[in-house]
Amino acid sequence: MREDGDPRAAALGLLRRDLLLALRRKPDALAPVVFFVLVASLFPLGVGPEPELLRRIGPGVLWVGALLATMLSLARLFAADYEDGTLEQIALSPEPLWLLAAAKVAAHWLVSGLPLVVVAPVLALQYGLPADTIAVLVASLLLGTPVLSLVGAIGAALTLGVRGGGLLVALVVLPLYVPALVFGAGAVDANLAGTGAAAHLSLLGACLALAAFFAPWAITAALRIALE
Amino acid sequence: MTNWLRLSSPQTFYPLAGQMAPWFAGLAAVLAAAGLHIAFFVAPTDAQQGESYRIIFVHVPVSWMSMFLYVVMAGWAAIGLAFNTRLSHMMAAALAPTGAMFAFLSLWTGALWGKPTWGTYWVWDARLTSELVLLFLYLGFLALHAAIDDPRRADKACAVLALVGVVNVPIIYFSVQWWNTLHQGASVSVTRAPSMAAAMFAGMLVMVFAFWMYSIAVALVRLRAIILERERHAGWVHELRGAPA
Repeated sequence: MREDGDPRAAALGLLRRDLLLALRRKPDALAPVVFFVLVASLFPLGVGPEPELLRRIGPGVLWVGALLATMLSLARLFAADYEDGTLEQIALSPEPLWLLAAAKVAAHWLVSGLPLVVVAPVLALQYGLPADTIAVLVASLLLGTPVLSLVGAIGAALTLGVRGGGLLVALVVLPLYVPALVFGAGAVDANLAGTGAAAHLSLLGACLALAAFFAPWAITAALRIALE
Repeated sequence: MTNWLRLSSPQTFYPLAGQMAPWFAGLAAVLAAAGLHIAFFVAPTDAQQGESYRIIFVHVPVSWMSMFLYVVMAGWAAIGLAFNTRLSHMMAAALAPTGAMFAFLSLWTGALWGKPTWGTYWVWDARLTSELVLLFLYLGFLALHAAIDDPRRADKACAVLALVGVVNVPIIYFSVQWWNTLHQGASVSVTRAPSMAAAMFAGMLVMVFAFWMYSIAVALVRLRAIILERERHAGWVHELRGAPA
C-alpha cells in the first residue's frame, strides 16, 4: 500500500484489479449471464409457448432470473481473496475498509450485474414484451442489480469460509432480496398494466439509496468478523 | 446498590436463569389455562365465522410474538455487538428457535383458519407473505449460526445478520403490502370485523401474555444449555458437576 494514503486511489486500484481479474477469467465472469439466459429459456419450455402467458409472466421470470444469477456469483465476491490472504492485507491497509469493500462490490456489479442489464432486453423480446416495457425493465434492473450486489455482499461476507457456503448464502440473502424483487418486477408489471412505473422505480431508487448507505457498514463489520 | 452488570456474566446468570425459568413457565401455564378457558367457554360465537374463528386465540398471539421476538433478538444482538457481552449473543441465539417456531405456527394456524373462512389455505396476502419472509429470516439466522463452528464468530456474524434483518423487516412488510394492493386489488382482506367482543379481546390478550411468558421460560432454559455447552471447560461448570476443576 502507498504511504501517502490516498483512499480514492486505493479504491480505484482495487476496482481495476478486480475488473482485470474478471477479464482474465472470462468463464467465471460470464457464468451469471449464461445462467440468466438459460433460466429465462427454460420457463417457456416449462409453461408453454402461449405469447399471452409469456408476456404476463415475463417481468417476474426475468427479475427472478437476474436475482438468482446475482446470488450465484456472490460466492466469488470475497472467497478467492479470503483464501489467499489478500483480504487480510486489504483489511490491514490504512485506507477505510468500507471504501475498499464498496470498490469490490462495485467491481462485482460491473462484472455480474451490468451484463444482466445488457442481455435483459433480448430475453424480454423472447417474452414478447413491448418496447417501452423493455425500457422500464432495463431501468428497473439498472436500479435494482446494484441493490442485489450490495445486500448480497453482506451475505457473502458473513458466510466467508463457512461450511455449505453457496446454499447458506441463498438462505441468508434471498429473504433480504424481497423488496428489490417486488419493486423491480412491479415496475415492469405496472408499465404493462398501463398504470405507470414511476412509483415503483422511485421506491427501487430509495432501496438503492438505503443499501448504498448502510450496506458498506454491514459488509465491513461482517468482513472484520470473518477475519478475526 | 446491586451491580446489574454482574449479571451479564454467564456464570452469575446461569443459576438465576435456573431460578426464574420455572416461575415464567408456571405463569405461562396459568395464563394459558385462563386464556383457553375464556377462548372456549366465555367468548361468544362469532356472528359471521361461527366457531372456527376461535383459532384467533392462538393465531394472533403467535403472530405477534414471532415479530416481537425478532426485534428482541436483534436488540440483544445489538447489545452484544456494542458491549461485546457474550451473554447477550447467547440470549439472541436462545430466542431464535422459539421465534422461528412462532412464525411457523402463525402460518400453520393461519392456514387452518383460512380454509373455513376464505375457502383456501393460502393467499398471497401482504401479511401472510411477510410472515413467510420472517420465517425465512429466522431460518437464515439459525442456518448461519449452525454453519459457523467458532461460537464467537457465529455470534457476531448472526448479530450483524439480525440487525440487517430488522432494518429490512419494515421495508419487506411495506413492499409486500404495496405489491399485493398494486397487483391484484383486494381479493381477501385479513382485517377482522372492527367490532370485537370484549371477551374475545380479553382472551386474546391473556393468550399473548401466556405465549410471552412461555417464550421467556423456554429462552432461559435454552440459554442455560447454551451457557453449559460454551463454558464446559470453565472451572465453575466442573464444580457444578461436583467434579474437581
